[in-house]
Amino acid sequence: MFDLKGYGWMLWQGLAMTLTVGLCALFLAIVMGLLGAWGKLTPNRTANLAASTYTTVIRGIPELLLLLIIFYGTPTLVQGIATRMGYDIRIDFDAFTSGVMTLGFIYGAFATEVFRGAFLAVPKGQVEAAYACGMSRGLAFRRVMLPQIWRFALPGLGNVWMVLIKATALVSVIQLDDLMRMSFIAMGVTKLPFTFFFVAALMYLGITAVSMIGQQRIEAWANRGVRRA
Amino acid sequence: MDTQVIIDSFPDLLDGLWLTVEITAYALMIGFCLAVAVAMMRVSRNIAVRAPVIAYIFFFRGTPLLVQIFLIYYGSGQFRAELTEIGLWHLFREPYFCALLTLVLNTGAYSAEIFRGAIQAVPHGEVEAARACGMSGWLLYRRIILPKALRLALPAYSNEVIQLFQSTSLISIITLMDLTGVARTIVARTFDVYEIYITAGLLYLVVTYGVLWIFRIVEHRLSGHLREHEDPVAAVRAALRARA
Repeated sequence: MFDLKGYGWMLWQGLAMTLTVGLCALFLAIVMGLLGAWGKLTPNRTANLAASTYTTVIRGIPELLLLLIIFYGTPTLVQGIATRMGYDIRIDFDAFTSGVMTLGFIYGAFATEVFRGAFLAVPKGQVEAAYACGMSRGLAFRRVMLPQIWRFALPGLGNVWMVLIKATALVSVIQLDDLMRMSFIAMGVTKLPFTFFFVAALMYLGITAVSMIGQQRIEAWANRGVRRA
Repeated sequence: MDTQVIIDSFPDLLDGLWLTVEITAYALMIGFCLAVAVAMMRVSRNIAVRAPVIAYIFFFRGTPLLVQIFLIYYGSGQFRAELTEIGLWHLFREPYFCALLTLVLNTGAYSAEIFRGAIQAVPHGEVEAARACGMSGWLLYRRIILPKALRLALPAYSNEVIQLFQSTSLISIITLMDLTGVARTIVARTFDVYEIYITAGLLYLVVTYGVLWIFRIVEHRLSGHLREHEDPVAAVRAALRARA
């Protein structure tokens, strides 16, 4: 359909990198989201404040700016602290770590809201019943809360994933060889910008389409024990 | 922290913020009209009207904004001869035009999906009543469906406005000097990563929550008829005071 002048393999390589970054960032976002939701719902005031500052700040600042802050700023910050403590070290984050950290950190804020809703959706009586049966807090969380939280959180997490995978295009700005950057390099050589970016766009569309189907399957699986009206 | 560099670069950052706000406002105005038209086509019963619109929405919602920007800014170069022929090349050569066009098409697709949901959420009885009164077509949309749908869409649309405002930071990648672009340039010159980026971040934060606050007020104003007596005691007192 498109003449890629033999540069198609670069795009496939970029696609693999995009998916790797996306999946790693999603994992981190889920961890951050669970932590954030715990922070918002726990009676501890300090944790409340930390969690709401986290979501407020992240949602008010563009991803690109946050990426630049974390990529260029974190090494400076760590080195500054180390120098003050009397150590002389040099730290440089590679693009992959920064990209995953930034995206995970940003979408953790969105996942926080998803998990918070899911925590609140578990009927309180069930947790009380679990305590009454003698389960400890950890055991009740693992046996009663968590299996249901997944179910309530899945639609929201699906949305987070869809937005996240598109946001991975930004990591090309910090020179990570994802689909965007690979298309950019191929464009530089072949002088066919439209062709390469259009194929890249189709690949992102492919990810979106597959994710939508996957989401439906997973939701059907997670809801298999639920009676439907 | 070096506060002097923040004070020195603050006017430049404000200039950048102005471009950010300006391009957001233009994109929103044009995108809004586009989205309403697209949403109306999206709910059409005619598949020939609906199909191209579905493809447009799927493409722009399913691909990253950065790809769309590159596709229009760099991609147009591949059709330079054709564009020159129809006299449009001087437009596509401008990063500002390309950025605005991309943002309009992007927000058009996202908002159209919001408005579609809202149009379909307009109670069927109201549409039937309007038809019984003899309204149809554009009149029906203008008088009954759109006013109701836009009110229903407002909360979701406010999110889209915020989303668009923040995603304008990507236009700095195609050399435009918006807030992010100015911040990147200053950092490249002074290496004061934290001071500049955090100041820029705070500016974004202030505008974001300012816009959200305005939307909340508008929403409150528009939904007065849905709220029952907020405070019955105060209402009675006010009524009594009015009589006295």
